[in-house]
Amino acid sequence: MKKLFSVLSLLFLALTVSAQGYSVGDVATDFRLLNVDGSYVSMADYEDARGIVLIFSCNHCPYVVAYEDRMIELHNEYAPKGFPVIAINPNDTIAEPRDSYTKMIERAREKNFPFDYVIDADQEIYPQYGATRTPHVFLLERVDDEFVVAYIGAIDDNYRDAAQVEERYLANAIDALLAGERPDPEFTRAIGCTIKVRN
Amino acid sequence: MEPTKSLRKLLILLILVTGMTGLQPGFSSAADQRAIEMMDFDEFSPWLSRETDSVYVINFWATWCAPCVREIPAFEQLHATYADSGVKVLLVSLDTPAQVENRVIPFIERMDIQSQVLLLDDPISNRWIPLVSEEWSGAIPATVIYSRDFRGFYEREFKFEELEAIVKPLIRDL
Repeated sequence: MKKLFSVLSLLFLALTVSAQGYSVGDVATDFRLLNVDGSYVSMADYEDARGIVLIFSCNHCPYVVAYEDRMIELHNEYAPKGFPVIAINPNDTIAEPRDSYTKMIERAREKNFPFDYVIDADQEIYPQYGATRTPHVFLLERVDDEFVVAYIGAIDDNYRDAAQVEERYLANAIDALLAGERPDPEFTRAIGCTIKVRN
Repeated sequence: MEPTKSLRKLLILLILVTGMTGLQPGFSSAADQRAIEMMDFDEFSPWLSRETDSVYVINFWATWCAPCVREIPAFEQLHATYADSGVKVLLVSLDTPAQVENRVIPFIERMDIQSQVLLLDDPISNRWIPLVSEEWSGAIPATVIYSRDFRGFYEREFKFEELEAIVKPLIRDL
């Protein structure tokens, strides 16, 4: 019986994973989205970046809030090495008013975000990436003029307590790219908040 | 986490709940049922493959998750309608242990939840999410529905009619 379940779930996996979003190795789409400072941001604007740490994020989700300080630290640690963070809010702001553009500006000020925090206002970007939750990380490596997905998943292995983290998946993945290696693991999962769409 | 640790947490909770009932004797029987069992994934995992003559509906939720809270009444209605027909609804809270007392138990009381609730306390979710389902990205709400011959995983929000449409044929085949 258990075997049947495993076979079935593998089948489901094969059917679903191919159907949605990016896998590691895919070329990621660029975007032009409104930042909390009023400017429009594209990845192409980061001319000197070796890659981008794209984090689908928001204001209201407790899992995001638990990670905000770590996102700031990651940016401060890795932006100088060529991997800046861009946080991107994919939520519909009517379905989730706490994630409105105004509230994003407030949150960015409160936390003094050192990274760009943009809004996917038309909800056209997150489905292309296959983001399903916040926070959801897509680590992109610049190859020529394109951004190629190098790692997808979680920031680390313990959302609740940064002090208890055993594996810094994202930091390790960036370190691997900086060393000219492939991230291992290149895919992880974590509990997060669903991306909110209008009913 | 070691089993002893979660057992200790459970005991602390029981003491807290028992302590509260001492102050409010009128609610003693209700409050006794409101102690929530906490466990890590290894302790929880048997729930995912029980081989009995039931349809298991296992919903992962949290009090802070708006769509989860929105669909709880649908699961409650499923429990109320089909518990006697062999449907077992289990609400697995992913709130933190620190939130049990001030959020989870008050929520259960306010909603008068009759389905069984337990708390899955295991922060290294990358390890256990794929063991629940390879399909699960980690977003909640998420629901597993299985019986002897069926297994479905759903990373979505449910309405009662939608749950019923899945569960009804499974009951017929029990």
